[in-house]
Amino acid sequence: MSAFAVLARLTGLAVAHHRDHPGRLLTSVLGIALGVGLGLAVHLVNRTAVNEFTLAVRNVAGEADLQAWGGRAGFPESTFAEIARLPQVAVASPVIEADVAVAGREEPLKVLGIDPFRALVIQPGLLGAATGEAFKVLEPDAVVLSASASAWLRAREGDVVEIVVGLERVPMHVVSVLPEDALRGRVALTDVGTAQWRLARLGSLNRIDLRLRPGVDVETARRSIAGRLPPGTSLEPPQARAETSANLSRSYRVNLNVLALVALFTGGFLVFSTQALEATRRRTEHALLRVLGLTRRGLLALVLAEGVVLGILGSALGVALAYLLAWGALTFVGADLGAGHFRGVKPDLQPAPIAAMVFFLIGIAVAVVGSFLPALDAAQSAPAPALKAGDQERAFARVRKVWPGVALATAGAGAAFAPPVAGIPVFGYASIALLLIGAVLLMPRLASFIFERLDGNRAVPVELALAQLRGAPGQAAVSLAAIVASFSLMVAMAIMVASFRQSVADWLDSVLPADLYFRTPLGSDSVSLAPQDEARLAELPGIARAEFTRNLRVILDPARPPVVVLARPLRAADLSRTLPLVRDVGTLQEGTPPPAWVSEAVADIYRLDLGSVFELPLAGSRAKFRVAGIWRDYARMHGAIVIERETYIGITGDRSANDVAMWLVPGTSVAAVKEAIRALPGGDVLQIADPGEIRSVSLKVFDRSFAVTYALEAVAVLVGLFGLSSSLGAIVLARRREFGMLRHVGMTRRQIVAMLCAEGTLLAVLGAVAGLALGWVISLVLIHVVNRQSFHWGMEMHLPWLFLLALTLLLVALAALTAYVSGREAMSVGAVRAVREDW
Amino acid sequence: MLSVRALTKSFPGPRPRTVLADVSFDLAAGEYIAIMGESGVGKSTLLNLIAGLEPSDGGTVLFDGDDLGALDDDRLTLIRRDKMGFVFQAFHVLPHLTLEQNVALPLVLRGRPGSECAQRARRALAEVGLAGREPSWPRELSGGELQRVAIARALIGEPKLVLADEPTGNLDPDNATLVLDLLRSRIRARGAAGILVTHSRVAASSADKVFMLGRAGLRPLALGAEAEE
Repeated sequence: MSAFAVLARLTGLAVAHHRDHPGRLLTSVLGIALGVGLGLAVHLVNRTAVNEFTLAVRNVAGEADLQAWGGRAGFPESTFAEIARLPQVAVASPVIEADVAVAGREEPLKVLGIDPFRALVIQPGLLGAATGEAFKVLEPDAVVLSASASAWLRAREGDVVEIVVGLERVPMHVVSVLPEDALRGRVALTDVGTAQWRLARLGSLNRIDLRLRPGVDVETARRSIAGRLPPGTSLEPPQARAETSANLSRSYRVNLNVLALVALFTGGFLVFSTQALEATRRRTEHALLRVLGLTRRGLLALVLAEGVVLGILGSALGVALAYLLAWGALTFVGADLGAGHFRGVKPDLQPAPIAAMVFFLIGIAVAVVGSFLPALDAAQSAPAPALKAGDQERAFARVRKVWPGVALATAGAGAAFAPPVAGIPVFGYASIALLLIGAVLLMPRLASFIFERLDGNRAVPVELALAQLRGAPGQAAVSLAAIVASFSLMVAMAIMVASFRQSVADWLDSVLPADLYFRTPLGSDSVSLAPQDEARLAELPGIARAEFTRNLRVILDPARPPVVVLARPLRAADLSRTLPLVRDVGTLQEGTPPPAWVSEAVADIYRLDLGSVFELPLAGSRAKFRVAGIWRDYARMHGAIVIERETYIGITGDRSANDVAMWLVPGTSVAAVKEAIRALPGGDVLQIADPGEIRSVSLKVFDRSFAVTYALEAVAVLVGLFGLSSSLGAIVLARRREFGMLRHVGMTRRQIVAMLCAEGTLLAVLGAVAGLALGWVISLVLIHVVNRQSFHWGMEMHLPWLFLLALTLLLVALAALTAYVSGREAMSVGAVRAVREDW
Repeated sequence: MLSVRALTKSFPGPRPRTVLADVSFDLAAGEYIAIMGESGVGKSTLLNLIAGLEPSDGGTVLFDGDDLGALDDDRLTLIRRDKMGFVFQAFHVLPHLTLEQNVALPLVLRGRPGSECAQRARRALAEVGLAGREPSWPRELSGGELQRVAIARALIGEPKLVLADEPTGNLDPDNATLVLDLLRSRIRARGAAGILVTHSRVAASSADKVFMLGRAGLRPLALGAEAEE
């Protein structure tokens, strides 16, 4: 029989041990299962969403070799004629792609204005079996709706859909509804000419799909053609744009995955504490196996194999849980997991066998890593002394060394200062892991240090509890490690989320100084206020001052999502009150280039600092600006740039606006002004809100965005508390014989239970204090490194004192309760039998 | 089969203690001896040195042609597995395994097929008077029965040497006599050699020869003669 078969049989026999203590086995398995389940679920949802989104982009880009994309602003129509004539180009298809406001809807509809003849040459299977329907767009004011758009708008063939352009309602006739599989997402197809006319974009386009002639090298052609495009227009293969779109959510996805890994990490600690306590409890059994002929390596392999079994059980359960969670998330939360990406995408869950296998193996690896130290300790113990009772405290003697903990914690602190890798805070995450492991390794020494100094005349149970903690620091350290690991992560996440939420609330107060705001529908390219609309609004009774802003999206780097430009009237005196400046140059310098105030994200992503000069593609030209200040912006993750509106008008000639802030004459009724605005022509399509409403809605959006984070945090808290009670319970149950002896020498049941409660409380208090300190340090890394590098959001630290206090009390109470319940259970055996138990 | 020469062992620490000094003796195949001595004199340590569980400070242990002091931990472990059997004072019967599984453990470690393990474990249990108790759990047994399980486990692998450390220390006189008789008879039946470490004269009297371990080393002891003195 092979060594492997022997190991398998021994593992089977060893796992039988858990028959008497299924709770402990279950805790470890659940810890791994939750970690694997959450991690894989996040991956499955994102993979499904990104796939669907990418398919949607490819669906309409077709088999184009290259795609010229001019953003929302677009480029002159003449560019199309110039490009289409180039010798490398076989077919060029002009497109208007716009997010258009729909009357009565808060979210926009994607409208694609195409030339069906050219579009079908580039993408013969554009609409699948319904290809013929594409030609219906040639009818006057006609739109062909995707099935998803039809369902959303509740519009069928023959119905009229009112889109909003400027402040005017424009009726469009639904001439056809495509089958489910023909066109993905909420999309309306129309003729490119109709789009130009009805969307007020005569003479301009914003996309050209290109098919190159056979034999033409795509990259060479791309470089050659790109030089002929106006500034702000990119030329890339269509998949590059899909990737950029997918990148929108990358940091968010990575962050969620890391949060899921936190649960897995906590699960790993559960395995560690379970295995460590099992190894301590079964020290004599392991020694017997060594005496009977099991080698050191064999024993090491045996304990690790038990870890593998835990890992396999946990991973298998986790993979099943992941599919359930992912299905639930896609059905009830949405594919964006609360982040606001992938709007309108309603995908079905897709299986991901490779990812499932990877997470399955990660679960096993975590269980093996968690088992490694206990396995090593078991294998290295001398069998002869271990066969004697009372040898348990020799276990984990080597983890009491200080230097490994100090070295890891120092390395963790150093890693926090490293830059991100490809936009992901890899070293930030590594820093947290190193700090955590380093601190946990220091716990045994800390426990000895503290408990040896707690002295004085106390009640007998407390004295005995202290004697136990002093005399058995190894067991205390294992429990302490579990407490500190899970509690510090809870604390860190709680501090981070509270800091973020409070910073957002403070930020909202500073960016909403006016009495009333209104804007064109969210994300829409079609609605704007003309100068005459501005005049009408400014003349309304009760308006003291109105500030009009033009916001638009521009592409600074084709590989990155667009940046929002906010052209607004700026007053130097007001600047610090209306813009939450983090840093600025102080007094504005006269002369060119004109000033711009960039958000922290722009400063980070495009490496701009105070005084830097950069180019902004505006209206087909590149205008230079100098960075006059850096401001905090939580609303636009991919960056925003504020410039003076007069400068913007001077460069572009565009006098339209789409955001308005109004200050009312004191005593004016906000409701009356809202009514007056709605009564204006086109006023009913504007979204009007006072600062309180915006603040409330924004914080709701924040909470929705963090719903999944909160859920993952709650899971980590539960796993941590569950593990804590499990490890404390295991220690108590392992001491049955000791309790039997104490009963024999005259201790009452009540005194023993009191002693156990004192032990649990002392451990929990020390663990909570250490966890709070470590959690605070980790929250610093989360706030100043992970969040900053992932999302470019700076924030102030705010400690949620009440929540932390409640969490600490819960931890201590749970520890005492666990000790109480386990103590009663341990003593149910009876004093006589307990002292006679062989093991 | 076993030759112990000038064996010494000290335990370091703030107050170093020499427990064995210049211990020598020989044991032939089929011989069964008892080693007596006061508590703390080093009886168990001597067994541990013979079993290769602890390294000696000096001297040699030659067992079945191998110098145990010259072997690494893995090799010593395999010698224990294949050629030695152990009986302890505290039984050390695993509570989560059935009697059959407990007894079969040495064969499992040798990689014997499951059917053979089960068959030999049943036979070994029958030999110690526990036929039909294979599926029982240790908690269902008395101390004497548990020690009989331990004897079955020690002998199932047909060892050349059985080391018994105070096997009757936890038993009442009746059970002690039963266990000692059983141990001696089973060792003889298998043709193995045995070393019984005990502080009990009654227990020691079950052996072929008795030695007394003291500060001066190991010396033969005639229990009858000593009684007359």
